Amino acid sequence: MMAHGGGGILMHELIEKVFVPAFRNPMMDVRHDGAVFGVGDARLAFTTDSYVVKPLFFPGGDIGSLSVTGTVNDLAMCGARPLYLSAGFILEEGMETEKLWRIVQSMKAAADAAGVDLVTGDTKVVDRGKGDEIFINTAGVGIIEHGLSISPNSVRPGDAIILSGDLGRHGIAIMAAREGLEFETVIESDCAPLALTVGDLFAHGIEVHCLRDLTRGGLASALVEIAEASGFDINIIEERIDVREDVKGACEILGFDPMYLANEGRFIAFVPAGEADLAIAVINAHSVDTSAAQIGSVSANKSGGVTVKSLIGATRIVDMFSGEQLPRIC
Amino acid sequence: MKYVDEYRGAEEAARFCRAIERITTRDWTLMEVCGGQTHSIVKFGIDELLPDKITLVHGPGCPVCVTPLELIDKAIMIASGPKAIFCSFGDMLRVPGSEQDLLMVKANGGDVRIVYSPLDALKIALDNPRKEVVFFAIGFETTAPANAMAVYQAKKLGVRNFSLLVSHVLVPPAIEAVLSSPQNRVQAFLAAGHVCTVMGYTEYEPIAKKYHVPIVVTGFEPVDILQGIYMAIKQLEEGRCEVENQYARYVQREGNLPAKDLIEKVFRVVLRKWRGVGEIPESGLGLTDEYAEFDAEKRFALASYTAEEPAECISGLVLQGIKKPHDCPAFGTRCTPEHPFGATMVSNEGACAAYYRYRRHAARQQAA
Repeated sequence: MMAHGGGGILMHELIEKVFVPAFRNPMMDVRHDGAVFGVGDARLAFTTDSYVVKPLFFPGGDIGSLSVTGTVNDLAMCGARPLYLSAGFILEEGMETEKLWRIVQSMKAAADAAGVDLVTGDTKVVDRGKGDEIFINTAGVGIIEHGLSISPNSVRPGDAIILSGDLGRHGIAIMAAREGLEFETVIESDCAPLALTVGDLFAHGIEVHCLRDLTRGGLASALVEIAEASGFDINIIEERIDVREDVKGACEILGFDPMYLANEGRFIAFVPAGEADLAIAVINAHSVDTSAAQIGSVSANKSGGVTVKSLIGATRIVDMFSGEQLPRIC
Repeated sequence: MKYVDEYRGAEEAARFCRAIERITTRDWTLMEVCGGQTHSIVKFGIDELLPDKITLVHGPGCPVCVTPLELIDKAIMIASGPKAIFCSFGDMLRVPGSEQDLLMVKANGGDVRIVYSPLDALKIALDNPRKEVVFFAIGFETTAPANAMAVYQAKKLGVRNFSLLVSHVLVPPAIEAVLSSPQNRVQAFLAAGHVCTVMGYTEYEPIAKKYHVPIVVTGFEPVDILQGIYMAIKQLEEGRCEVENQYARYVQREGNLPAKDLIEKVFRVVLRKWRGVGEIPESGLGLTDEYAEFDAEKRFALASYTAEEPAECISGLVLQGIKKPHDCPAFGTRCTPEHPFGATMVSNEGACAAYYRYRRHAARQQAA
């Protein structure tokens, strides 16, 4: 039976045990958000993602904006400028047309904001009860316009790790909307396209080594994956990680750790230490209500683990989370 | 965040660490009773900052961990029924029963819902009059007032399709069970601040006296815990055995009187089985006769069902502070949060899960 939904260890196991052995080829990198390959003189990035989020509409976004932004961001994390998207819709019989209309309008707005065109698509309708109103798959192609290799393999000791903004808003927004939780303020998803921000890092000549967006599994899972893949240790400082007051409050109530919460508009960048300040300034020029910070660095130790210096100054390891975080009792 | 950040400061923490270092002259073993405290200790690395002379052992205060296997099985039996809506706090869903867990029941189409308050479950009952809505009423004294309020309201409103599957446990009998065990090595306790917010701490005073142990009512933030440890060590070094209150910003000696009244109205003290520990007399709460109609075990005729726990799991010894998680040969290998043997590996507050999540590598080195 499948129980692999949370984006943690279980999903990781599923990919490694089932998909990798079946499809193995030189281009596939399971630890990356997309594939990068050459066509003629051009280097392209190609990625796909499916969206099954519940509820369909949540504060700060909906399944439509998410399906465009998520795929655009995956291309951006390959170091590419997104060009074209496809969209596949699986609709459950009986879904309200008005909802579909709103979702499609939201996809259009998100595509415009990210500077991509939706150029091909497909629609299937399944019997009532066989779907959950709507599932969307999008795939995207982007072009790489620099000579850098954006990958955990490019990570070097001494690299600064830049976090692009505060953590956890998307995860809490979805949880609150899904479970009908009411907080004093409405926490909106951080869902936002990252391609322009990332493009600007390259435009400023910053030697970016690795990029990763912090979707399911959050900051902790991203760091653990990159540490494992690069072979180098990563040390971060908890105090430097920004979590908004309302998100912090929600986490305290629910027993969640913000480092594991999903985000849809946040990423980490590994850059040479000397370029950290410039990278932070470039990212901040694109941010409206949050700011980037260096949260740690890559060490020369080669155990491939992640440690965090806690708020009271002790050190502990950061591990990938297994399954979904479940709200605790008290 | 107000009321939290000021108890997570590095400077304040360091100040207490130095003070503890200064007054500690010999080896002492302390138990933090509550799973929430265990989680804080491991997450913030509090024990790493303490002198080697001080050993912290993790107590039985994780309600998810101590809920007996047969109650989980009963929950699964109820939740699998076609007419039931089974409501629970989130972290009960992954706790393994004899054959499956509530998440699997949900995956197979059972109506299992995560709620944040028993009153939400009561609302579900009002909204679904043709369904039997059952709330999994687990927890220590902390959750008892809200659970009592749910049945109190249900009776007042004449709701017939709502019941509680009760597995409430109490802290003082658990402390006594630890103290009266021949293997006990605990010399002082950090009592659970949240429990005492409800109950106060008068019931700990006779225990401190009878067993000659200091008991310090302690909060959950790093600075709270360090201050609680400081107060306990100071008592030990001075040869005192009193009940002291570190968590005075929330806890009063008499507790929360309206909450206690409500608990007394709805619940009575009963014998309870604790997972990994066994039966402890007068260690839990059950519904009084007046509220017996809201007892899910009676409504679903499950009172006589029993189940045996797997022999390999040492969670009982971990819960009593006799063993550490990495003393178990299955820890981190055959028993992981994805495939847990016992509840201490499942719950966020379980000692095994906390060790697995924050210091698996360190624990392995220590064991090697």
